[in-house]
Amino acid sequence: MPDMKTDALIRTLAEDGATRRPSLARRLTLALLIGGSLAAGLFATTLGVRPDIGAALHTWPFVFKIALALLAYALALWACARLASPQVGVRDTLAGLIAAPVLLAAAVGYELLTVAPDAWLTRAVGSNARVCLVAIPLLSLAPLAGALAALRVGAPQSPSTAGAVTGLMAGTFAATLYAVHCPDDSALFVALWYSLAVAIVAVLGAIAGRRVLQW
Amino acid sequence: MPDQTSHWTELMRAANRGDAHAYRRVLEGLAPILRGLVKRGFARYGLGPEEVEDVVQETLLAVHLKRQTWDERQPLLPWVRAIAQNKLIDNLRRRGRRVHVPIDEIGDALAVDDEPAISNGVDAERILANLNGRQRQIVQAISIEGASARQVADRLGMTEGAVRVALHRALKSIAGALRSA
Repeated sequence: MPDMKTDALIRTLAEDGATRRPSLARRLTLALLIGGSLAAGLFATTLGVRPDIGAALHTWPFVFKIALALLAYALALWACARLASPQVGVRDTLAGLIAAPVLLAAAVGYELLTVAPDAWLTRAVGSNARVCLVAIPLLSLAPLAGALAALRVGAPQSPSTAGAVTGLMAGTFAATLYAVHCPDDSALFVALWYSLAVAIVAVLGAIAGRRVLQW
Repeated sequence: MPDQTSHWTELMRAANRGDAHAYRRVLEGLAPILRGLVKRGFARYGLGPEEVEDVVQETLLAVHLKRQTWDERQPLLPWVRAIAQNKLIDNLRRRGRRVHVPIDEIGDALAVDDEPAISNGVDAERILANLNGRQRQIVQAISIEGASARQVADRLGMTEGAVRVALHRALKSIAGALRSA
């Protein structure tokens, strides 16, 4: 059997040239719509929106919490899509994510300054940390799986990094959902437990990405 | 030098709009450029030219299967070089080399290498063994005999569409096999 020379390969690739190229944007949008809907459905049937939502919307801590989660999600989604291209600078893209943690740190600083020190620990520990740590990863699974499937048409320089950022995206999406249920608006609580939960999803994403995003 | 760069970019844009002839010319033009890139990459790690053609072929296959990750508004060669670097690193790692991701100047990409390859590249036996009978027939007919999808369809009693689908799947399968080789 003759060796497959490069010319022969080119001939074959050219013959496959008419095959339509998949669109990452389209696939990712669809995956997030489906995954997001599943997550929202799971959220609605298990946790549900907090009963004092009307009042909460008039408080700064709650509004800030939601806005921060949404910002983190938007940044992660942007980074996730960018990392699908092989020539994109990974370091620069990751640097773009810094805005969310910085804002969170500022909120923590504000809380430390405005709240009595003997209340810091109680606030940080909160009352529903366990629910938070379980709910956010669970809610993130459908969006994570969908996004990873969509991203298989990409060519990330580092599949594990791309997977981690996808996890970040799914985690912050789930965190936004959870934030609407969670009665705790303390920045200390969010900084500790939400971050931990989202980090768990990022690690899951990295592990999965390493395997399914190889190209 | 900028003329050279925009030449390939324009051709690939035309290929994206359905110009099959342009696409063929891009692939043919990229082969010697990639050869030069890979040779220099290998030399940096003290490796000989034996597997250069392997990486050239893997890169061309990846360029083909991942065209959708190229932003048409950007020049083509930096994207091609990024793909080549990834495949080069994969190859080096498979050989047990600890690899630090290199960052090259774009100018390097423009040096062309027209010397004939020392090896013919990837072992066809190994590759084709991963395909099912039908896929193998199709790939062999197209690559070795130079048949078109239409001709293969007539010969095998399939529709042209079915042949194209089988061909595309075969290429993805080959890419997967090369990864774990």
